[in-house]
Amino acid sequence: MTNLKPANTTPVAAAPARSGWRSLLPTMTPWLAIGLILVAGISLFGLLGPLLVGDPRQIRDQGLTPPSADFWLGTTQTGQDVLAQLAFATRGSLQIGLLVGVLATVLSAFFGIYGAYRGKFLDDAFSLFTNVFLVIPGLPLVIVISGFVPRESRGLWTIAVVLAVTGWAASARVLHAQTLSVRQRDYVAASQVSGEKPWRVIVVEILPNLLPVIASQFVFAVIAAILGEAGLSYIGLGASNSATLGTMLFYAQNGFALSLGAWWWFVPPGLMIALFGTGLSLVNFSIDEVINPKLKNLRQHRRRARRALRLERDLARTAAKETDR
Amino acid sequence: MNYFLRKLSFYAVALWAALTLNFAIPRLLPGNPVDILLAKLQQRGETVTPETRKAYALLLGGDTDDPLWIQYWDYLRNLAKGDLGVSVSYYPAKVSDVILTSLPWTVVLVGVATVIAAVLGVALGAIVGWKPGTWLDSLVPSTTLLAAVPYFWLALILVYLLARVLGWFPLQGGYDVVLTPGWNGEFIASAIQYGFLPALTIVLASIGGWLLGMRNMMVSTLSEDYILTAEAKGLSPRKILRSYASRNAVLPSVAGFAISLGFVVSGSVITEQVFSYPGIGGRLLGAVTNNDYALMQGVFLFITLAVLGANLLVDLLYGIIDPRTRARA
Repeated sequence: MTNLKPANTTPVAAAPARSGWRSLLPTMTPWLAIGLILVAGISLFGLLGPLLVGDPRQIRDQGLTPPSADFWLGTTQTGQDVLAQLAFATRGSLQIGLLVGVLATVLSAFFGIYGAYRGKFLDDAFSLFTNVFLVIPGLPLVIVISGFVPRESRGLWTIAVVLAVTGWAASARVLHAQTLSVRQRDYVAASQVSGEKPWRVIVVEILPNLLPVIASQFVFAVIAAILGEAGLSYIGLGASNSATLGTMLFYAQNGFALSLGAWWWFVPPGLMIALFGTGLSLVNFSIDEVINPKLKNLRQHRRRARRALRLERDLARTAAKETDR
Repeated sequence: MNYFLRKLSFYAVALWAALTLNFAIPRLLPGNPVDILLAKLQQRGETVTPETRKAYALLLGGDTDDPLWIQYWDYLRNLAKGDLGVSVSYYPAKVSDVILTSLPWTVVLVGVATVIAAVLGVALGAIVGWKPGTWLDSLVPSTTLLAAVPYFWLALILVYLLARVLGWFPLQGGYDVVLTPGWNGEFIASAIQYGFLPALTIVLASIGGWLLGMRNMMVSTLSEDYILTAEAKGLSPRKILRSYASRNAVLPSVAGFAISLGFVVSGSVITEQVFSYPGIGGRLLGAVTNNDYALMQGVFLFITLAVLGANLLVDLLYGIIDPRTRARA
């Protein structure tokens, strides 16, 4: 008889737990679906594409051919396959985006959450530091730093660190504000009084409540990093011998793709960045609804109002039919 | 402390931080910029005196025997005198002169484009957020496409379509080169014609952020009690939209101006490159490719100065439109 007990208790216990976690997950909307498809599709293209295409550097004697059956996206000035370049460049851009996203999120979490949790002098100092970094324009600073680093020592990590160091401040401010509100709650005070260590209070009590915010800030950081790296590479200041979507545009610009009208060379890399960024933003849109329930309530109210309206209309119609009879 | 005093002192600290960063970056990073710079000067047939060397070493670090804090003090004193060194790529022009001739182009371009984008975006966001759920509102997520487009790529596409294929606008430059710059109608008309595409790029790329932020704040504001009260009082919807909802919803957009401006300035630096625009972003990139370190530092300082100034202005404005900021202090 004892083995029946868990079977009886689990559904009851599991139901509230599941709904608790479910409120952290965004609701599926058409926009979220489009976003997820875009992000997943481009990530897959970056992961698997390089395995399927030929050598992106191979030079042929058919320069600047428009898209054809042999070369789906045409060729560059020196006859290199644009599609093959696009696959490798997408991989490079995703790599640096992910790297910078993680670094910047860690930095912003440290300055935002830890500062807000400790309060007092440390908080003031961290806030001042964050705000100063926020108002100093990022990309000019990145350009100056990259300009001073000699080309041969400008690797992937250098660029990633520079982009992360100049790009964390906005998220830190958001996390700071959120942490302040979470820190006021009773259960945090309770765990502090019961003698839990500061890092444990932060990791176990505060961090789970900030997860949606951190996720949305991470997504922003990845978009900003891919855009920033593309800009940097486009002006020839990217990581040396890296292949990203920005370097593709750099070569397209230097190969006079624009004045020769070779749209198949410069349109795909930018479009790839734009679509990936859009996908991530659409995902963020849904995360926003988790953070700010007013936005979500609005959508649900709207749906309910629409259904009520439809019901009313149906009722009126049937009532009208009744009177006709 | 008074709100305005607090803001002023914050920007003083930010300015000091920018100056210090400018001092520290060349000293912390590998490479020997002073030698590269002096070699360039010699190539141009200049005799390098020890004084020139010392002046550049102050700006960029290097081989002086003075302790760091003396270098730092001398560096600040030189800056206070407005001495940013001599540009190598525009030799023998002074860095400050090179910057002052190109700064107005960028300030006007970025300023006008940002104001247009902000006003349009906030107005559209208010309208869309006022009636959430309409077909217009359901299109809002598509504006994220505009926000995710790289500025310079959008510029490339616009140049390709509007300038190269349709021929409506000039391909690049800031004004018709046969005209001499000056305050006459012909020149200003030419500057507007040449500046239209760069401005359009900035407006298109930045309007989405304004629209989205305003729309979301509008939706949140609509569920506030004072809106309900206003409706119950029988005020006309137009009045509620303008005097109650929009005015409160716009505050975060104004407060977030610093972040938006940072994005716009970063984007426009590279956009200028696409159009070969005679602004300060083009100078920065030219300085980087020519190893003109003195000009590079000068441009960074001026961009920072301009951004800090704009932010200070907006913060002071915020203090005026939101009385709570003054009451809390």
